[in-house]
Amino acid sequence: MTNMNKSEVLDEKLFLPASDSEKATAEVMRPSVGYWRDAWRRLRANKVAMGSLLVILLVVLAAIIGPMLSPYAYDQINKGSENLPPSAQHIFGTDSLGRDLFTRTMIGARISLSVGVVAAIMISIIGILYGAISGYFGGWVDIVMMRIIDIVYSVPTILIVILLQVALKTPIDTFLNSANAPNFLKNLGVGLISIFFVLALLYWVDMARIVRGQILALKEQEFVLAAKVLGASNRDIIFKHLVPNCIGQIIVVATLKIPEAIFVESFLSFIGLGVSIPMASLGSLSQTALKGIYSYPYMLFFPAATISIIILSINLFGDGLRDALDPRMKK
Amino acid sequence: MANNESKTSPSGYNSARKQDVLIEVKNLKQYFNIKSSLGKKATVKAVDDVTFNIYKGETLGLVGESGSGKTTLGRSILRIYEPTAGRVIFSGVDITKLKKGKLLHYRKKMQYIFQDPYASLDPRMTVSDIVGEALDIHKLATSKKDRAEKIRELLKLVGLNTEHASRYPHEFSGGQRQRIGIARAIAVEPEFIVCDEPVSALDVSIRAQIINTLEEMQERLNLTYLFISHDLGVVRHTCDRVGVMYLGHIVELVESEELYKNPLHPYTQALLTAIPEPDPEVAKKRNRIILKGEIPSPVNPPSGCKFRTRCPFAKDICKKEIPEFKEHGSGHYVACHFAGKL
Repeated sequence: MTNMNKSEVLDEKLFLPASDSEKATAEVMRPSVGYWRDAWRRLRANKVAMGSLLVILLVVLAAIIGPMLSPYAYDQINKGSENLPPSAQHIFGTDSLGRDLFTRTMIGARISLSVGVVAAIMISIIGILYGAISGYFGGWVDIVMMRIIDIVYSVPTILIVILLQVALKTPIDTFLNSANAPNFLKNLGVGLISIFFVLALLYWVDMARIVRGQILALKEQEFVLAAKVLGASNRDIIFKHLVPNCIGQIIVVATLKIPEAIFVESFLSFIGLGVSIPMASLGSLSQTALKGIYSYPYMLFFPAATISIIILSINLFGDGLRDALDPRMKK
Repeated sequence: MANNESKTSPSGYNSARKQDVLIEVKNLKQYFNIKSSLGKKATVKAVDDVTFNIYKGETLGLVGESGSGKTTLGRSILRIYEPTAGRVIFSGVDITKLKKGKLLHYRKKMQYIFQDPYASLDPRMTVSDIVGEALDIHKLATSKKDRAEKIRELLKLVGLNTEHASRYPHEFSGGQRQRIGIARAIAVEPEFIVCDEPVSALDVSIRAQIINTLEEMQERLNLTYLFISHDLGVVRHTCDRVGVMYLGHIVELVESEELYKNPLHPYTQALLTAIPEPDPEVAKKRNRIILKGEIPSPVNPPSGCKFRTRCPFAKDICKKEIPEFKEHGSGHYVACHFAGKL
């Protein structure tokens, strides 16, 4: 045995300490990148998402400054230029009262987009609170809260939306006519306010479910235990540790809720339950245009195309955002 | 507090400890209710009737294989889990009965260092927020400036670069993260820290550094440690006394030198022969006791002595009677019917 060991003479050069340059090559690591920068890198690589983002930005820009650039006001009735086809003067043409359709479509886009964004914010607030409480406390609290979500889920949404709209209209109306109603609410009008109510009351369930699922997984993590050992209150644990750790999913769901809300608003306006005249939304424009569909098809084309573009681009962008913020969800 | 000076002997043995009991654990039980796949309810007895004292200034080691209840015991003492029964008395106060508001005061005195430095730091918080959270909860900083200054001091104390305070945990290595965890634990100026395998997730080359940091903190801040580990080598180096756990019970508890010299419980004897021996000649001569089978399920533990199913010396009495946790020689506690006779 010992003889054999001696015969295996190893080259001493193999055991020299590594030089600095050799050490440096061993330390090549991926540079440390933060969560947001990493997500942005992934998002930028996604051509569809970046294209959609560009379209969204263009539509938003048009909705904000488009009506200002136009020489006509959205409710300005131009006698003698009724039902004009698209031309240099009126790029989208005019409607049956001679109002400029370009201005009206841009105003409609403005209304639709703000409905989408405000609804997404309200949905997020309610959904996050509900989901976080349900997931964090678990047990009976969770069971009861999830059954309530199941009930909200199982009702035919559009039907309830219409019923709520009709039911809410009168109380909101009386509130707005009372003296102490704030001015900006009066400007919004009964239709829009009740749309917000309806969206906030019915569309938070997805958000709540996703937040709950995330928090169920996160609350078992050791950093939550660590906060408990330090004596952190439940509120601190939920809002300082748990919710910030599922912000990626929250953003994705909130983004995907925007087109959903826009669609509901357009649909309600289309069946005459949304914004009131002379205010325009993309849905109410489509509805007015439907009457003259055989003679003046362009009147329907522009608002309908705008709705489609907005919904499609936000949906595509939301999908890209999901892949970027939560790469594990990607197949 | 004066017992720090008494820690003079090279083995780290603390002679003054006998006087001051910091924590008394009395008949502590931690059961978990689980549902099996068939919907049957069952109880896991993760910690079952454990009694021992922790003396001020000492490092008490806790060893045992996976699933023996070491971590659960550590967490029950801190009331991370609500103990099923028994008492934990911290400087004369039974903390198992305290209401939430009163407990906060004791949260400040008892801290926990986690095994996995990757999971125990919130990935969305900067280092200064992680350490600062402890200060915020117990209102230890008087102003924003004071808070930043305290965080800087803490980071320096555990050997981290103070310029790294605004970084996120993922930018650090395992050893550095564990230092962040230590800084968070000592931020509230605790008296007692449960170290739950603080080095087992780290590179071997880093372990010694972290253990040295822990020992340095202990000396500077008069800390008492409950040191959970499955590495008997580390435990021998760091601990004054060692408790050996098996299936939710402490089977042997003794000063660490004595444990390595004169193990009385057959399970401890088997564990000690499993320590890797660097010298192959010595290793060859050594009689390794290899235990048969796996650790039994804590849902359905054996009757009598929990270790009897794997014990090479098991007799009839082991099946019938639970061995008492008795003193054999000064401060040497063993739970075995044949302690001293094997």
